[in-house]
Formats: sequence, C-alpha cells, structure tokens
Amino acid sequence: MVATHTDLNTDTLLWMYETMVVIRRFEEQARREADAGKLRGMHSSIGQEAVPTGICAHLRVDDYVLGTHRSHHHCIAKGVDMSEMMAELLGKATGTNKGKGGTMHIADIDKGMLGANGVVGSNIPVATGVALSAKIRGSDQVTAVFFGDGASSQGSLHESMNLASIWKLPVLFVCENNRYAEATPFEYAVAGGSVSNRAPGYDMPGVVVDGQSVLDVFEVAREAVRRARAGEGPTLIEAQTYRYQGHFGADDPLGYRTQEEEDYYEARDCIANLRAHIVGSGDTSEADLDAIDRKALSAVEAAAKFANDSPFPEDDELTTDVYVAYP
Amino acid sequence: MVQAQSVRQLSFIQAVNEALRQEMERDESVFIMGEDIAGGAGRPDKEDAWGGPMRLTKGLIAQFGPERVRDTPISEAGFMGAGVGAAATGMRPVVDLMYVGFLGVCADQILNNAAKIHYMFGGKVKIPLTIMTGIGAGTNSAAQHSETLYSVFTHFPGLKCVVPSSPYTAKGLFASAIRDDDPVIIFNNRQLMGMRFDDDVPEEPYTVPIGKATIAREGTDITLIGIGYTTRVCLQAADDLAAEGYSPEVIDLLSLSPMDNAAILESVRKTRKIVIVDEDYPRCSIATDISALVAEEAFDYLDAPPKRVTPPHTSVPYSRSLEALYVPDRAKVVAAAKEALE
Repeated sequence: MVATHTDLNTDTLLWMYETMVVIRRFEEQARREADAGKLRGMHSSIGQEAVPTGICAHLRVDDYVLGTHRSHHHCIAKGVDMSEMMAELLGKATGTNKGKGGTMHIADIDKGMLGANGVVGSNIPVATGVALSAKIRGSDQVTAVFFGDGASSQGSLHESMNLASIWKLPVLFVCENNRYAEATPFEYAVAGGSVSNRAPGYDMPGVVVDGQSVLDVFEVAREAVRRARAGEGPTLIEAQTYRYQGHFGADDPLGYRTQEEEDYYEARDCIANLRAHIVGSGDTSEADLDAIDRKALSAVEAAAKFANDSPFPEDDELTTDVYVAYP
Repeated sequence: MVQAQSVRQLSFIQAVNEALRQEMERDESVFIMGEDIAGGAGRPDKEDAWGGPMRLTKGLIAQFGPERVRDTPISEAGFMGAGVGAAATGMRPVVDLMYVGFLGVCADQILNNAAKIHYMFGGKVKIPLTIMTGIGAGTNSAAQHSETLYSVFTHFPGLKCVVPSSPYTAKGLFASAIRDDDPVIIFNNRQLMGMRFDDDVPEEPYTVPIGKATIAREGTDITLIGIGYTTRVCLQAADDLAAEGYSPEVIDLLSLSPMDNAAILESVRKTRKIVIVDEDYPRCSIATDISALVAEEAFDYLDAPPKRVTPPHTSVPYSRSLEALYVPDRAKVVAAAKEALE
C-alpha cells in the first residue's frame, strides 16, 4: 500500500488512516496466531503505528526502510505484502523470507524494506551504508532507519550519525521512543533524558515529535525527507510513542510501568486521533471510515487464511541460501 | 531433620540463581550486570520486574541492591568492556550477555581485551570476569537468537569456556567460574531451562572443576560425547542403544577450554568408537577439534572413524519444520552410533 504523499490532502489522510488500521488489525491477528502456538515470541507494534506511517507517506517505493525486532508496522507502512508477512510469521514457504527469517527479520527488497533485525542497533550502520550507496550511485533515494530508545545507547547509532553527517548522507535516523528498552525505563537508561539532543554534537538537526500524532510525524518527515533528497544530509527524529503491549508478548508490562501511564497513552491513541481529525475536517464521513475499517479487517483475515493454508518449506530449504554460490 | 536419602531437586534456573546468590554472599567483590537482570531500573516499586531475560537473577536485587545487581542500557560493548575494566581492578564481575549472538556487538571487548590482557601485560593483570550467555536453537527464534557459538570462544587463548548440562553442573560451574582468576564464559542452553531433572543439588556451595569431563553413563561399546543440552540427547540415545543390546558410554564434556582430553581418550581407548554430538556450526568447531584429537592420539585404537552429529553448515532457520531438522536429536545420534557399531 505504498504511496508517496507530499501534500496533506484527503487522499493522504485516508492512506495514513488505512495504513494504521491495517497495521493494528495485522498485529491483533498475529497475536492470535501466537496465542494459538503457531509462533513463539512476537514483538507487537500496537500503539506505534503513526511513526512509520507518517514517515513512509513521503517515501517512494524505491526508497529504503530498515527496522528492528519490532518491525511489522515498518513493513506494512513501506508496502510489504501482508499475506507474505503473515506466512513468514508462521514459518511458511510462501513467506517474505521463505520461512527462514520469521517475525524479527522480515525483508522485501522489491518494496524497499531492507529488513527487520533482531540485534538492537545492528541495522543503523547498514542503513548508513544504504544511504552511502545512493549517494555514490547519484540516486536521490532516501533511507529511513527505525530504532528504539534502547538502541540509542548503542555505539552503532553514534558512529553512524557521525559518518552520515560528515558525508552528508540521505538518511533519516528515526527513534521510536516508546519509553522502555524491554523492561528498562527510558529515564534510567538514557543520559540527559533525550535522544534528539544527540544530534547537535553530530552537526545535524534533531527533532522531537509527538509520535501519537501521525500529522505531526508527517510534517517533521516532510522536511527531513526533503533535506535528504536534496543532498543536505541526515536528520535525527525522536518520535515519542508507546507500545501498548509487553516487550514480546508473554511479559506483563505492569511489572515495570503503571496502569495510569498506559491509560494516558491509550487515551491519545494515534488511530482514534486521526479518525477524529478526519471526521472533523468534513470531507469524509464516519461511514466512509467504517468501510476502510472493514476493508482492513478482511484484508488481514485473507492474509491469515493464506498463511495458514500455505505449506511449510521443503526439507532441502534448510541448506539453501547460505551462499549465492559455494562450489 | 533432613532425611539422609532425600534428593534436592532444582530447576536449571534455580540452580544458577542459587550459585549467584551464594557467591555474592561469599565475596563482596562479586557483582552482576546486564540487560534487565532486574528490570524496572530506577523505579523502586517496580524493581525486579524481570529478574533477567531467563529469570536467572530473580530476587538478587532485593538481597544485594542495585549497586551489585546492576541493570544496563542496551550497550553490550560498553558494559562488557566495563566488566573487563572492573575485573582488572579488584572486582569479580558477572556480565550477562543475553544471547551469544550479541557477541557481535561486544566482540572487541571479549576477544581483544578480556582474552589478551593477562598475556600482553606480562601476567601482571588478572581478568577474573565471568560472562554468562544464552545459547541454542529449538525456540523458533531465528538466526540471530539461536546460535551456539562456543567454538569461536575456544579458538581464543586466554578464555575459559564451560557448558553446564544440568542443575548440579550449572551450580558448581558457576561457583568455579566466579572464583577463577581468568575470564570464564558460561554457555547456558535455553532448552535446559524448561527441562525437569532428577539430579541432587546440594544446598551448600560446591564447585565443579573447570577442565574436567564426567562420565554421565558408563559403557564399553561406544563413546558418545555430549556438550550441555546434547548430553541430554546422548543420554536419550544411550537408552535406545541399550535397548538394542549395546553398552554406550556418555561423556558429559562440561568444559571446552580447557578440555579434558584425557577423559575423552581414555573412554575411546576402551570403547574404540566415538560419536561427538555438538549443536554448534560444524566447521572449525569443538566437534572437529575432538575428532582431530582422537585421530591423532587414539588412531590405533579406533574400530571406526570418529563421527560427528552436528547441524549442517547453515544459519539457524526460523520455520519450525526446518529448525526441527537443524538440531541434533536422539534419532540422529542413534543412527550415527549404529553406523559406527555395525
């Protein structure tokens, strides 16, 4: 469902609304599949839908996105096929990665999704290299790399920001600050209480944005993408957001955070926010949005059916794809 | 009154937890750090939200406080290096590397600093660092969270490597590792965390020596070498072989560096056949090392070539159907043993 939306018109609003609703329905279905024992751990992105949606609205299909262990929302916002994603979650031969990567490693290079990654901070240097490649090739492709507040403590971010800045690379460093690195609170683990304030030291803009407002993310991303595409260099965006569920599903987040805090963020839900905005702006009715909701649900149900009906890989797939060629 | 014959059963997790607690009680220089080894850091009412990703450190912060049970940011290079520095200057840190695949993030600190400082500095600085890390496939966790990798560490002079196979060996190896003056890495297979064991785990502190294998089952027809989880697989396979009339011996290797070459050679000189069961990648691995040892030192005793049961030379697949083919299992060990026996 990729689309490049530079202007904030009705089309853009509805694309963003549908994208976020699809992500949420997908994650709910994925959780049901996990609860049924068809996959083990799964890092849900529910609550964080607005961040990749607002960023990817500005990206072309030939632009690149790289993600984290929690990346289903990045994949969907970048246009990866949901049926193939769900099949990947179930380890099926029809999955995006032929069942070899699973929930933490979904990739689809044709859609510009260069992979989720299970090692925290691991993808940030790779994204820097993707942006370097675009620059060397003379392309105006832009790369966005998503990471969490936890990854902001990894040296890989700091080394990459320095490289990207001295080489003026077309990359967006997008921190989804959901306030917890697994079970460790942000205020304990991140000195200075800010990720965006790392930017001035590396001579690039650092922007804080309300990650529960897709409109705010959209506006911040517009300038960052423009800047990258124009060859003016990288931007660090800190989107303040919240994951509604635990780190991987089986854990109880109330062990380390409060009900009041959860209620506060859920009351600022990104989908409900955008829905109210769209209805308030007058062009689109509740009924129109309900129709989008139904369409999203049936698309996710179709994806689940496809995944469940698909076969597991053939046994000999165990040893394929290790090398391109290995005589 | 404690019954003399009673068996004190603990889970693998409980045994590790008890060892850490006892060593911290015994020696004030011991402290632990890692990601979410307590959880909820900085929030006293939420302290110990996790107690470690595998719950190995649950309850320790309540007893020893956040100075000695120290949650870290996700900064493996940083806190592993901090462990090296603290170890060089009078502390005995235990550093939790959640999964061994995260070696990639902190390899410089382990391989260039922890392993080499004692040698490079002419023996004048000790690094009494303990690293504990999770290994093993079988949990649907894909290529970056399912590796075994201990062979890589054994390649490096200066590092000691141990692999517990049970609650008893876990408790004793943890105590030995923490008391050791060299860097010791303890590899904990995640499949062992969920298994039931009937071995007796004494409450009082004890050590299991680093560098010594044990005979988990005595026999005369064939030697099966197990490492951590694969010791359990070997014991299952031994039951099957015994049911067919063979007398298998199972060596629980426990220590990879130093390795108990004498125990391996003594067994194979008796049984004249050997199957090495190793979940690590098959190239340049501990299994090939043992195979070479036997070929060089016991060639004249062998009735059959040494056999290795390992995964294929491939990353760990996510899909359950493929992962089931990847991990060495009972049937593969039996098949390999029978080839050597027949």
